[in-house]
Amino acid sequence: MDIHAAKALGAGLAMTGLIGAGLGLGILFGNYLQAAIRNPAAAAGERTYLFIGLALTESMGLFAFVMGLLIYFV
Amino acid sequence: MAVMNPMEQFLVEKVVPLPPISAPGLGSLDLSITNSVLFMILAAGLIMAFLLAAARREILPGRMQATAEFLYTFVDGTLTGGIIGDRGRPFLPFVFSLFLFIAMINLLGLIPLGFTATSQLAVTVTLAVMTFGIVLIVGLTRNGLGFFKLFWPTGMNVFLAGFLCIMEVISFLIRPGTLALRLFGNMLGGHIVMFVFASFIVGLGMFGMQGGLASLGFVGAGLSFALVTGLFILELLVAGLQAFVFAALTCIYLNEVVNLDHGH
Repeated sequence: MDIHAAKALGAGLAMTGLIGAGLGLGILFGNYLQAAIRNPAAAAGERTYLFIGLALTESMGLFAFVMGLLIYFV
Repeated sequence: MAVMNPMEQFLVEKVVPLPPISAPGLGSLDLSITNSVLFMILAAGLIMAFLLAAARREILPGRMQATAEFLYTFVDGTLTGGIIGDRGRPFLPFVFSLFLFIAMINLLGLIPLGFTATSQLAVTVTLAVMTFGIVLIVGLTRNGLGFFKLFWPTGMNVFLAGFLCIMEVISFLIRPGTLALRLFGNMLGGHIVMFVFASFIVGLGMFGMQGGLASLGFVGAGLSFALVTGLFILELLVAGLQAFVFAALTCIYLNEVVNLDHGH
């Protein structure tokens, strides 16, 4: 196999890590909304933690992205 | 279709070349003003000009003063006050400038032909390592050797605690890495996606000019244009959100070492 084709395939496969990040974000925001609808008074206080959870979940997806970049360009 | 490289926008170029300076122990350093440095200076200058213009101390605040007061109370209430508590006041200037600096760099990068300094790993790593260093210094000076209690989970079997301790140390040490990569990845990814869809507008528009069935390309170009507009609004949100996340994580890391024995 050509090395460039292999690199492109590898970088593409590395992006499957985003499946996990997408699932995680869906669970995170879904559960936040569910809790916020059940108890709207408490929703504003937990928003900071929502964004922190978002940051931590997103960083997992970004690791996959960085791996993809490393495979493709390095 | 027009072939353009989406990574070209992140090239660092010299704007004002300066002769290399030889520093003792470091060899020769190239301290030229690059476009990255230029936009960081611009961001810092804009923030200072804004805050100087906004610092009026009127009882009925004008627009500028109201914006500045909103930003201040937001950082004080949600970030340092909300996460660290009363002991977070001394860190307010640091967190406030970090938040404004990152937000301003991100927003300047969204202006067409602008340069996003936070899309350079060197810039984000510098910010993250600085934050990590401050957390270490604050932790060691406030708690002394008690700082290392941070890594030892209480109320469990020694063997399990030892294992968790290793995990805690590792997760503590990769913090600057994740902090830097998150900001870098978000900015890089967002700008690449916008570039790719923007190049579709040009490419499909040129394809549509051939006439006949190819004029369907105009539909695709229109769709891409709508998508780029939507993405731009999303990127405006992300620019503020990532600055907020960076500042919030800084506060969380500071909270762990500031309120180590209080369990806030």
